[in-house]
Amino acid sequence: MKKNRIDQFIWEIPPDQKPGMRVPARIVASEKLMDQMDEGVFNQVTNVACLPGIRQYAWCMPDGHWGYGFPIGGVAAFDLEEGVISPGGIGFDINCGVRLIRTNLTETEVKPRLKELVDMLFRNIPAGVGKSGSVSINRKEFESLITLGAQWCHKNGYAWEQDIDHIEQRGRLPDSDPSAVSEKAVKRGIDQIGTLGSGNHYLEVQTVRFDEDCDRKSAGLLGIEEPGQITVMIHCGSRGFGHQIGTDYLQSFGPAMKRYGITTNDRELACAPINSPEGKQYFGAMACAANAAFANRQVITHHVRQSFEKVFAKPADRLGMNLVYDVAHNIAKLETYNIDDRPTKLLVHRKGATRAFGPDNQALSDLFRQTGQPVLVGGSMQTGSYLLLGTRKAEELTFGSTCHGAGRVMSRSAARKRVRGSDLLEQMQASGIYVRTASFSGLAEEAGFAYKDVSDVVNTVHSLGISKKAARFLPLANIKG
Amino acid sequence: MKSDNFEFKLVEDFASADFVFDAYADTLENLFIACATACFTAMTDPRLVEPKLKYDISVSGENLNELLYNYIAELIYLKDTEKIFLSSFEVRISEDRQSLYSVVKGEAIDYNKHVIKTDVKAVTYHALEIKKHDGGFMTRMVLDL
Repeated sequence: MKKNRIDQFIWEIPPDQKPGMRVPARIVASEKLMDQMDEGVFNQVTNVACLPGIRQYAWCMPDGHWGYGFPIGGVAAFDLEEGVISPGGIGFDINCGVRLIRTNLTETEVKPRLKELVDMLFRNIPAGVGKSGSVSINRKEFESLITLGAQWCHKNGYAWEQDIDHIEQRGRLPDSDPSAVSEKAVKRGIDQIGTLGSGNHYLEVQTVRFDEDCDRKSAGLLGIEEPGQITVMIHCGSRGFGHQIGTDYLQSFGPAMKRYGITTNDRELACAPINSPEGKQYFGAMACAANAAFANRQVITHHVRQSFEKVFAKPADRLGMNLVYDVAHNIAKLETYNIDDRPTKLLVHRKGATRAFGPDNQALSDLFRQTGQPVLVGGSMQTGSYLLLGTRKAEELTFGSTCHGAGRVMSRSAARKRVRGSDLLEQMQASGIYVRTASFSGLAEEAGFAYKDVSDVVNTVHSLGISKKAARFLPLANIKG
Repeated sequence: MKSDNFEFKLVEDFASADFVFDAYADTLENLFIACATACFTAMTDPRLVEPKLKYDISVSGENLNELLYNYIAELIYLKDTEKIFLSSFEVRISEDRQSLYSVVKGEAIDYNKHVIKTDVKAVTYHALEIKKHDGGFMTRMVLDL
């Protein structure tokens, strides 16, 4: 497949490279990252370019890798009249995302108590397969939770008032439709609020670093002030509730596609017109799952604050445990972009990609009009993570989107063959990272060598200008589901 | 993993973040059992899961691929709602190949007894296609972890 380099960091696959492509496919990558990209990415991003109503380009971010349906790292925007909505463009883990909590504590203060702190976090935040969360609610209350998202948490004592302004879309997608959610999805999800899950989900205690090219002034405005400052990062999603919604709609979209005469190159790209009853139902169900995920990360935040309070014998507000931000990286959102010089409302799918709105974007709280939207990029558990800032260039170029993580380069089974979980745990502890895990084999699957270098990914989006570096975080301790 | 009637082999160079395997069996029923066993092998060592609890399952689908997708989706749903690992599967597929009846057995997830691996979020349609193979059947399956 021909890939034309049209910019130092953009590669384009023209529409003549595959029958049915409606727009070109574009990959954001340095030369090194392009060399590391799975061949499956090129096939999948060009499949996305074939979907009805797609506008401008099918994008893949530099952390892209081979998924199912869309590649991980995929971004695509669809016209509301002619376009489609696809569960495979969002992922089963709807609103999988990242949040960052700051503290006033320093590395020097936390290191002597780190084991005690992490053991407490591991007890209070259930991780791994088959675990229930601390929130016990009935069906009616769960409907309220999936309608109100993080705002339900505020009403029920799991959130500070100011948290809400620090969450993408204030922690609540307004188009939720609980009647579009199956009984099975409710049964799967109702007892999982406040759980971390499994796979690549984690909770990390981190320490702040600044690279030379970090915008320290903006980081300071967001509460990330000094090297050695302690932060907590949480990566998880909507748990079984979202997974079941994805499963249900992937199935029901098969017959819907026949009715609407839509064909795709992969059944995982099953989709329905945005304006069809099926499309609207899935959008409403997806919003419910997104709200459940915002609530899940908020309840975990509540337990993080409680754990810090116990260990450091101070209230969480005096420890300065404010939420920096919370981003969704598996989601579809209605957003307006200039198409042919006209503002046009589109449905933007982001699957393993993060919204990155620039300063002055009307959708942002006043707090972020100066800095741009905070973007949280989780690296592998051995290498570190980043706080970035959204830019106007992202809005002009990539439908307001940037990368979400490091991106895999090695399969889980290959990683397991290369290292034993118990050996990796010892190696990490020897390098100063304390680890608690629900699964040793799961730990091995998440080894640093299984991922691209997160700095390569971040430097690419920074150099292209679709987001800017503000701070870097090194892991001190990791809880892995 | 290999038994008398089926086998599944992990595939490494495909959909790197997921659990990917090729399943082979002499009959369609055993192919479904191979996929079910592989699904729980992603999460645990099924050899340590005793058949203490029994569930009867009925699933339908427009064609064999859908039937298999719906069967594995049903097992994942049972795992989350009953908080169980499954290790024993019997499958009977109807003559028209649009429905099946299955008896599955397992036990409550026990972190002190069972090997805990990575949770399966969902079964996908990516590359799922049941084909005739070597006098029997085969399919690839991608599970989202």
